[in-house]
Amino acid sequence: MLNVKEMLEELKASPYEEIEVVTPHTGVVQFVGLKAGDRVAGPGGKWNEKPGTTLATLTREKNKKNICATQKGVVTDIAAQFEDKFVEAGVRLLTIRHFLSKDEVIARILKKALYLFCAPERAKYYFVPEIDGKIKAGGEQSVKPRDGMEMFIVSRMKRETPLAYTGPEGIIYAVYFQQGDNVDGGQPLIGVCQESQLSLIQDVVNRVQGEWEEQD
Amino acid sequence: MDIDKRTQQLAARLSYIRDIFGPRENASVALLKHRLEEFLAAAPGYGMRELQVQVGRLEELFSLLEGKLEGELSPMDRVRIVRHPQRVSLKDILENVYDNYTEIGGQDEWSIDPGMLIARATIARRMGKKTVHQPVMVIGQEKGHGQEFRNGGSIKPWGNANALYYMRVAETENIPIHTYVFTPGAFPVEDYPGAAQQIAKNLYMMAGLKVPMVAVFSEGGSGGAEAIALADKRLMLSHGYYSVISPEGAAAIEGGLKDKATQELIERCAERLKITAEDNLRLGFIDRVIQEPPLGARPDNYEFFRNLRREVIRATDEVVHGAQGLGPLRALAMRRAKAGVDPQDIFVRWSLGSGARDGLVAKRYDKFRAMSRHALHDNRTMGTRLAVGLARGLWQVHSLLRHDIFAKYKRRLSGLLEQWEAELRVLGLGVGSLLGRDGAGTRLGVPKEALSRLTRLSCPEEGACRAEDAWGYVSPKSREDRTVTCPNAASHGCLDLWAPDLYGEFAGVCSHCGHHFPMEFQWYLYNVFDFANAYEFNAELESGNPLHYEGFDLKLAEAKRATGLGSSCITFETRMEDVAVVVAVLVSPFRGGTVGAAEGEKLIRAIERARIKRLPFFMYSHGTAGIRIQEGTCGVIQMPRVTMAVRRYIDAGGLYLVLYDTNSYAGPVASFLGCSPYQFAVRSSNIGFAGPGVIRETTGVSVPPKYHRAFSALSRGHIQGIWDRRDLRKNLHQALLTMGGSNLYYR
Repeated sequence: MLNVKEMLEELKASPYEEIEVVTPHTGVVQFVGLKAGDRVAGPGGKWNEKPGTTLATLTREKNKKNICATQKGVVTDIAAQFEDKFVEAGVRLLTIRHFLSKDEVIARILKKALYLFCAPERAKYYFVPEIDGKIKAGGEQSVKPRDGMEMFIVSRMKRETPLAYTGPEGIIYAVYFQQGDNVDGGQPLIGVCQESQLSLIQDVVNRVQGEWEEQD
Repeated sequence: MDIDKRTQQLAARLSYIRDIFGPRENASVALLKHRLEEFLAAAPGYGMRELQVQVGRLEELFSLLEGKLEGELSPMDRVRIVRHPQRVSLKDILENVYDNYTEIGGQDEWSIDPGMLIARATIARRMGKKTVHQPVMVIGQEKGHGQEFRNGGSIKPWGNANALYYMRVAETENIPIHTYVFTPGAFPVEDYPGAAQQIAKNLYMMAGLKVPMVAVFSEGGSGGAEAIALADKRLMLSHGYYSVISPEGAAAIEGGLKDKATQELIERCAERLKITAEDNLRLGFIDRVIQEPPLGARPDNYEFFRNLRREVIRATDEVVHGAQGLGPLRALAMRRAKAGVDPQDIFVRWSLGSGARDGLVAKRYDKFRAMSRHALHDNRTMGTRLAVGLARGLWQVHSLLRHDIFAKYKRRLSGLLEQWEAELRVLGLGVGSLLGRDGAGTRLGVPKEALSRLTRLSCPEEGACRAEDAWGYVSPKSREDRTVTCPNAASHGCLDLWAPDLYGEFAGVCSHCGHHFPMEFQWYLYNVFDFANAYEFNAELESGNPLHYEGFDLKLAEAKRATGLGSSCITFETRMEDVAVVVAVLVSPFRGGTVGAAEGEKLIRAIERARIKRLPFFMYSHGTAGIRIQEGTCGVIQMPRVTMAVRRYIDAGGLYLVLYDTNSYAGPVASFLGCSPYQFAVRSSNIGFAGPGVIRETTGVSVPPKYHRAFSALSRGHIQGIWDRRDLRKNLHQALLTMGGSNLYYR
C-alpha cells in the first residue's frame, strides 16, 4: 500500500526538482555570465515558441549552439572549470533548481497513487451506457472497474468497438477525457485508485491546494 | 435656443479642427479657441440682439480661418481628416448621391463583413420629360463613423470575396460598378480565402470585367484599396490619401521595427510617400480630383454630395463614351461638359453592347500599361529600343503566320489524317483477329533497347553514382568547413550537417527531416533554369527613386553594387528540356525582393514577350518582402498593372506558373503571384499577406510559429503543391506537359 502522507512529507522536505543540464554532444563550452543563484526562465510564449534563458553555448565544428533552460528555476552549482574547454557529451554544466508548483506536486502524487488507464489509439471515447448512467447518477466514484470489465466504446471513423478495462481493481478517481472529443493514443482516460485510499488521496490533494507555497 | 445650437456647432467645429491638427501649435487654432472661450464667458451678459451679432461674427471668423487652415494642411493632417469619425462615409454617399438604394447582404453588424458595403443603387437621369433610372452596383468600404463592428473599413478576405461576387453579378446584369475606397488596408488573416490570395483574385477578375467601373478614393490603403479599385476612371476626393503603406507603418520600418516611431518621423514619412490627391494626380495614378469643402467633407456638406454626383455621372459617361462612342452631338456636349456643363443634362445609356465590352477591357489595359513609366531608369540606347520594337513587330507577324494561320491548317490536316489512321487501325485489328493472329506483340511495340533499360536492375559496370556532379552551380556556402544545425533538430532529432555536404550535394536540404535551407538565387538560375544558356532581356531597365525619397538613392546604389543587378527582377528566355520558356525571377537580396516600377515594367514586358512568342511563363519568387514602399504609389500601381498583363496572357491561352521560395509576402502575393491558377512552393518557404509582427500589431492576435509555412498555405488552399528543391527542374518540365492553355507553341 502506498504511503501518500510520507510522500507529501518527502516533497515538503525538498520542494524542488534538480535539473542537471548536460552537454548534448562534444564541443567547447562557454558560459554566458550566469552566477549561482541567478533565476532563469523556461520556454515561453503561447506555443512555447520562445526558448528559455540561454545558459551556455557549445561550439563544435564552428557551429555555435545555445543551451537553453527547459524549466524556470534558480541556477546552482556551475561547472565553471569547463569554461572555454572542450568537453565530451553528457558532461554536467550546471544544475537548475526548479521549485515545484501545486499542479506539479499533485501530478506527482497522483502518478504514484493512481493507476492510469490510457487510450490505445487516437479516437473518440465514450463510456458504455450502463457505466455512463452510473456516473451520471452517483458520480465517478460509484464505478468500480475490474480487470476485463467492458467500460468504453471506441469510436473511430464512425465505427464503434468496445474496449475493456485492464488493470488493478479499484474505483475511478478521475476521468480525464470529455466524451465525444478526440483523445490521442497514450493519453490517460481514467485514473483508478484503491477504494481504501480514496479519502486519503483527496485529503492530500486538498492539503496541497491549500498549503503548498509556490516559490517564485 | 437658436443661439445655443449655433454655439454648440462652433464648439464642434473647433474640436474637429483640433483633432485634425493634432498636437501641433497653430496660431489660427489658438485664436479660434480664445475667441470662442471669450464669447462663452461674456455670453450671459449679452442681450439677444448682441448675441446674434457676436455669434454671426464668430461664424464668419471660423469660416475665414478654416479657409486659411486649409492651406496649411500637411499630408499627415489629411490622413487624420480621412480617419476622423466625422468624415463622410459610404452610407452618406448612398443617401445623398444616389436616388435610391438597397443594401445587399448586410444590415449593420449582421453581414459577412460589416466593413464591406454592397448596394444596388439607381441614379435618375432626365431625358426630356421622361425619367430613366439607371442601375449601378455600388461597392465600397464603410467606416460607419466610428462604429466598432465595421473594423474601420479593414476588410477581411471573405468581405473582398463577397465584393468580387457582386462585381460578377454586375457583369452579368451589364450595369456599371461604382466603388468607393475607404480602407486603411486589408485585414491580414490567412484563413480561407486568404487576404493576399483574395485580393489577387479580385484584381485578376477586375482586369477582365466587362462593365464600366469608376472608383472614388477617400482612404486608399495599399492592398485593401486595390481589391476594389482597378477601374476605368479613378477619381479621388481632394482630402483623401492613396498610399502603399500607412505613414505609421512606413515610419516603423524606417525607424527599425522594435520601438514605436515618433510623431515627427510619421509626419516626415507621410510627406515623403506622396500620398495626397494632388501628388497622385500629378503622378498619373488618378484621373481627377473632386474638390471637398475646407478641412474635408462631412455628412452635412450637401454641396459636396451634389458635386460628387456630377463627377461620378460624368466619369461613368466618359467610360461608356470611350468604349462604344456616342452620337456626335452628345460627344460634343461631353467635351463641353469639361468646361462646366452639367453632365446630368446629357443622357447616356450605361449598358454596353457586346463589341464595346471587349473594347472596354482593352482600353483599361492600355490605361494601366501607360502608368508609372517615368518611374524607372531605362538605360537602353535609342538603337536598342528601335531594334527591340522592330523585333517585337516581327515576332508578332511570325506568331500570326506560324501559329494563327499555318498552324490552323496544319491542325485541320493532321486531324483529318488522324481520323483516317484510326479508321484503318480498326480495320487492321478486325483483319488481324479474323486471321487468328495474336496482336499483343505488335501492340506493345516497345523498342528492344528501351525494354532492356527498363527491366535491368542495376548497372555496376557504369561505376558508382556520383552525386557531386549533379549540380552545375555549387553554393559558395559549401566552401566553409563547419557544421550547420537544422532548425527542426529539437523536434525531429536531426543531426548536424557538414556545410560542404549540405550546400553542395544535398542542395541545402536536411538529409533527415527534409528542411530546406535558403539558397542563393544563382543556385536556381543555373541549376534549374540553365541561366548559362539563357537569353536575358531588359536588364537595362533599372530601379529609380521616382519620389525622390530622402536617403533612398544611397540605399539603392548600395543594393545595385552588392548584387550587380539593376533591379530585383531578372527576366530571361531559357529552355526546359527543349521547350522554350520565359522566366522572371524576383531576387531577394536586392532590397528584399521588393517590387517597384522597374520590376513591374520588366514583368509586364516578359509576360508580353511570352504572349507574343507563345511561350509558357514561369515566375520564380526567390523571396519578396512586398511593394517597395519608397516608391509609394508608383510601386502599388504595379499590382493592378502586372495582374492585368497576366490576365491578358492567360486569356490568350498561356501557362503562367508561380513558384515561391523563402519568404514571399504582401503586394506581389496579393496580385500577380497570387492570381496564378498554378502556384507551387519550394519546401520550407513562407507565403502570406503580412508577417507575424504586422498581424500582431493590426489584429492584436499573435499567430502560431508556422502560420505562414508552405504546408499551412497548402492546407488553406492558397497554393497547389509543394516541391522539393532537387526536383524542381523535373517538376517544372512536367508542368509544361500537363498544365496551361491551348496557345503554347509546343502543344
